[in-house]
Amino acid sequence: MKSSSTRRVLLASAGIVALAVPLAACSGGGGSSDGKVEISYLTQSDDANTNQAKALIAAFEKANPDITVKLETQPGGTEGDNLMKTKLSTDSMNDVFHYNSGSLLQALNPDQTLVNLSDQDWASDLTDDFKAVVSTDNGLYGAPWGTSFAGAVLYNKKVYEQLGLEVPTTWDEFISNSEKIKADGGGIAPILQSFGDTWTSQLFVLGDFANVSAVNPDWAEEYTANDPKAKYVEEPALAGFTHGAEVFEKGLLNEDFPSMTNAQAMAALATGAGAQYPMLSATISAVQQDYPDNVNDIGVFALPAADAADTSITMWQPNAIYIAKSTEGDKLDAAKKFVAFANSDEGCQVQNEGGSIAGPYVTSACTLPDDVPDLVNDIQAYFDSGKTGSALEFLSPIKGPNLENITVAVGSGITSAEDGAAQYDEDVKKQAQQLGLEGW
Amino acid sequence: MTTAVAPTGAAPPATRSGRNEPKRKGIRSPYPSWFYIPAAVLFIVFFAVPTFASFYFSLTRWTLFDVQFIGFDNFVQFFQEPQLVQGFINTFIYGFVTSAAKVVLGLALALLLTGPILGRGYLRAVVFFPVLVSTIGVGLTFKALLDPFHGVVNNILGFFNLPEPGWYTDPSLALLTVAGVDIWKGVGIATLIFMAGIVAIPHEYFEAARMDGAGAWSIFRNITLPLVRPATATVIILSLIGGLREFAMIWAMTKGGPGFSSDVIASVIYKQYQAGFFGLSTAGNVILFLVVTAVMVPVSWFLNRREAEL
Repeated sequence: MKSSSTRRVLLASAGIVALAVPLAACSGGGGSSDGKVEISYLTQSDDANTNQAKALIAAFEKANPDITVKLETQPGGTEGDNLMKTKLSTDSMNDVFHYNSGSLLQALNPDQTLVNLSDQDWASDLTDDFKAVVSTDNGLYGAPWGTSFAGAVLYNKKVYEQLGLEVPTTWDEFISNSEKIKADGGGIAPILQSFGDTWTSQLFVLGDFANVSAVNPDWAEEYTANDPKAKYVEEPALAGFTHGAEVFEKGLLNEDFPSMTNAQAMAALATGAGAQYPMLSATISAVQQDYPDNVNDIGVFALPAADAADTSITMWQPNAIYIAKSTEGDKLDAAKKFVAFANSDEGCQVQNEGGSIAGPYVTSACTLPDDVPDLVNDIQAYFDSGKTGSALEFLSPIKGPNLENITVAVGSGITSAEDGAAQYDEDVKKQAQQLGLEGW
Repeated sequence: MTTAVAPTGAAPPATRSGRNEPKRKGIRSPYPSWFYIPAAVLFIVFFAVPTFASFYFSLTRWTLFDVQFIGFDNFVQFFQEPQLVQGFINTFIYGFVTSAAKVVLGLALALLLTGPILGRGYLRAVVFFPVLVSTIGVGLTFKALLDPFHGVVNNILGFFNLPEPGWYTDPSLALLTVAGVDIWKGVGIATLIFMAGIVAIPHEYFEAARMDGAGAWSIFRNITLPLVRPATATVIILSLIGGLREFAMIWAMTKGGPGFSSDVIASVIYKQYQAGFFGLSTAGNVILFLVVTAVMVPVSWFLNRREAEL
């Protein structure tokens, strides 16, 4: 009897210790040891971002031997958005992190959660457009990482040459080009869509915004103020939804559009299996990695408006690097150095070498290298003729979270364009109320 | 207990004969009930408090930074938006389809696996194995297998010149495809419970029936089915609750797509949470709680009442 009860006591205490071990282990955290400061840097988990982050960290540690940077990753897109918000509000965010600018930054409540960096040297090198998307009335919060990029139609120049097509400047020309490709292309998909990655379905709507601004330059302001004329159910904004529905109805899409992924679509475009793909120019990095010989086969033209005079290219501002307010003391100094390094000569070199040059830089500290992909020159042409516009998420803090699902439904023929636009206007209402905007 | 055999031990007989509870409780120390306290604390902190807190927060609009009381607006919105209403309807379809299929298939498999077949032990393991695998793993695997253009299933169908449906890309099929995979994964538990129920039926009934000349279907209808009713009740209750609340399988396979055609309340809740609409998301959770309660309380009362009649 006695020995079995002792054994039970031993087993019980062993069990309790075993339970306590993981609890002790999870209270990890950085710390400084032997004079070195360690900070942690959070970025998105896709290959392009992780590789660029590693290159930046390696260069930074070489220039600053007394600082080590630990890399952490998390998923991007909507999966990562709420992780960001939760980490910031519970003060468990990494010291330094990489994230979108514009409305997504506003959703993080930067005045309360981020360190104001307006006094930093690099802040004066930024373009006004970029400053606007990383600031609030109370301060500037981020340094750019990467170039600005366009949301427009990527096209395979070889296919265009083969079929004798010209870059379209109106929507009707775009449709007739696509129909010609369908008729004479011998199996080439005229327009690629990749609903396997739902975020890609938004380009017909979001990439059209520069055209909307060309028709009505105050549209973004009116939209933010809940003006009934500035809604997606009304023109000129409704065009984005009707375009998405039209290309499906006319059978101009690739056969496997419901399940194709972004990577597969870029591969199809690079190899000429698909002719045109409404997409962000930043995805050229996938082609640079997987089909480097075909990089210069890809060009870009703006999503055409109904009227050629309005056709402008929609530009996205780059992501930025921010510092969480919970970073203090030595770590804060190290973090500020890290952020400044990203926009120094060496930092710019890392950006140039890491690929993903998809447009002009937004800081005068960095200059484009000579061997940029051809599509960057196509984008530059729009800048030279003054036909550019910022994407809506940089001019308005409101972006409804369900747009990608609605555009998939419209682009697959499940919902009509008008219904989809109405649904999105409702969706946006939720976001505006959540942000506490006036007039909603 | 008071009518039990006379005690051998120390307690004086006078206090035991016919005295009622309170006096006995006074002599018994409260020490045993202290063992409930850790579990009770965990339950209250992690289940009871958040449930009641969620009733409050579902009436508000809150970011993580501030709270604004708005009454029933969240609930109104939940039932007005077409994508949210679609999720509500889909939840019922999903729950009842998976539950019914698990009951029928589970019973069929259990009958098979309690009969004299070859390799019974191996087959039991094979049927039960999917239950042990991670739901996300199963979801992603089947997503790859059922890919409309590159998946194994459609390639085989194409080889035999059969139609190749867009399993999870066709809006009318997506929810049922996910339900099918869920059934594949969950039927093992139903089979297990039914096997326990069948094995518990005394052999005499079967022997008597066979001697009376009953055929296999007669035996099943008149002996097995009624006597396995407790197991049926358990399977229905468990699979219906699980089906109504399912999230992981849907998220892994379609994320509620294409569009909103395979959304259920649980994935709608998660999407609202992802977007940062915490008040709306909490309202969705309250609705799910009420829906599951409203369905399960009558169902379980009905099933257990009939059980008591036996």
